[in-house]
Amino acid sequence: MSKTTSYGLFIDFGSTFTKAIVIDFDGERVVGRAQTPSTVETDITLGLNAVLDKINKVQEVEPAYRYKLACSSAAGGLRMVTIGLVPELTAEAAKRAALGAGAKVVGVFSYKLTKKELHELETMAPDIVLLAGGTDGGDQETILHNATSLSRCNLHAPIVVAGNKVASDEIQAILASGDKEYVITDNVMPEMGILEVDEARSIIREVFIRRIIEAKGLKKAEQYVERILMPTPSAVLTAAKLLSQGTPREEGLGELVVVDIGGATTDIHSIARGDPTQPGLVQKGLPEPFVKRTVEGDLGVRYNASSIIGAVGRENFEARLGNPNLDLEDSVNELCLFTDRLPESESERGLDTELARSAARLAMERHAGTIQTVFGPEGEVFIQYGKDLRGIKHVIGTGGPLIFNPAPEKILEETLYSEMDPLSLKPKAPEFYLDERYLLYAIGLMSEVEPDKALRVAKKYLKRL
Amino acid sequence: MKQKTVILGVLGVDAHVVGNKILEYALRKEGFKVANLGTFVTQEDFIKAAVETNADAILVGSLCGHGELDCRGFRENCIEAGKGDIHLVVGGNLVVGKQSWEGVEQRFKEMGFNRVYPPGISPKAVIEDLKQDLGKKDHE
Repeated sequence: MSKTTSYGLFIDFGSTFTKAIVIDFDGERVVGRAQTPSTVETDITLGLNAVLDKINKVQEVEPAYRYKLACSSAAGGLRMVTIGLVPELTAEAAKRAALGAGAKVVGVFSYKLTKKELHELETMAPDIVLLAGGTDGGDQETILHNATSLSRCNLHAPIVVAGNKVASDEIQAILASGDKEYVITDNVMPEMGILEVDEARSIIREVFIRRIIEAKGLKKAEQYVERILMPTPSAVLTAAKLLSQGTPREEGLGELVVVDIGGATTDIHSIARGDPTQPGLVQKGLPEPFVKRTVEGDLGVRYNASSIIGAVGRENFEARLGNPNLDLEDSVNELCLFTDRLPESESERGLDTELARSAARLAMERHAGTIQTVFGPEGEVFIQYGKDLRGIKHVIGTGGPLIFNPAPEKILEETLYSEMDPLSLKPKAPEFYLDERYLLYAIGLMSEVEPDKALRVAKKYLKRL
Repeated sequence: MKQKTVILGVLGVDAHVVGNKILEYALRKEGFKVANLGTFVTQEDFIKAAVETNADAILVGSLCGHGELDCRGFRENCIEAGKGDIHLVVGGNLVVGKQSWEGVEQRFKEMGFNRVYPPGISPKAVIEDLKQDLGKKDHE
């Protein structure tokens, strides 16, 4: 294919929309954008052709693209089940590895799998299973038991093994005997207090490219685009990392947080060490990955509007909303049913904003670290769990509810540190940015081929609020 | 003898880290695999780490004088977690006030600790005992 032209085409096969962005690499600017309803259920290329038609109409002449890259969250996204030994240790480490790879974690299991759990796991029908358990040289019994159970169960998903390395030869034999597809990789927790999720993340991505795209009927799209490179959340995470860390030739913004509010979930990505920022703090808990993604499956402003209100508490939510004339139950039910609906009246807009504010606030509360005060013989002691994000200078908002809201800064304000809740370590005084053109996924894809340009385009188009 | 894994840490609301670091250094030098959980460690943290690493022993430091309260139920919790036969060692300033050492040792042994050490014990003595105790266990 000709690589002389200066345009790149970036596609996101989403669950509701297929989106396309055209970027001019020479001019480092966005030259076209379009979206059409997704057609993954029937034939993915229908939606793709429709979106390409739209793009080409805008441009009058059909360019030969230098790159045609895509990411996908269609057909349920990358659905994963993770298995570990102790819930707070290897089971948590495995879950973090899967989230960092852009997966939707549909189940987390710990200790030895029971028959009932195995049955649940089969019903979940994940795309990939991540099997961890035991530090290197530590417990083998549990992971061997779980490998044996998996080898005999009615599940055809590839299994990524990232547990006690001492058990890996035996696990290999067990899974091979059960005719399972598997990859053995580095332990997500090789020693107590050490989290190593990078290798597992990249293996998951490889399996996604090699196996999952085909299994989900997305392969056909690769006749039109060069490659589907990664799950969409992973593309956003890659963009966030690029923006933060920069490249050898182009400086990044430094530590940052991305808030991605959606119809079904709210994701928070932090690219930050999160070390204690005040003296005398003791850090406990599993070490935090520098690039961390959390997904709140109960905080989506459409599919999960009612669970947002449940999480806030109905009275509390109504008080914040301050609209006594609105029938909350009816309105929320409507949002859950008509998920592609945009607010029309003032009162609908108010409800939408309050839902997004609540989702942002709760998601950041769950992502950010906390301080616990304990009292000992020598007085008060402060213990920090998770990341201290108080010093973060940049918070970037993305996702429909933020992009289409007339006052996105009012939503992002909800993610800030508050004196009312001083033990939640949220950003104190960051600058807000908005990904108003829905560009981050394309930046993530672009960074795989021309990172310097990707970074400059991102900096140019992120809007300071 | 196969390399032994031990969990090390200071129990409870207790920041005394110096002895903990010295003991970690000495244990590593003597060929032990050490998971040092540092200070402010709860019973649950010790036991979860022991499960994940399949540890042979837990070495509990308690320097703040609240040892008797903090250590209560330790053996029972190990049993509950499926690590009932793990070797349990405790040492430090276990109690405050003038009390006879024999009485203190007796009380901690009744709690299920295999070895109980008074203040000022040398790491060498602890490690010699540990090697002997874990070696014996191998032959059981």
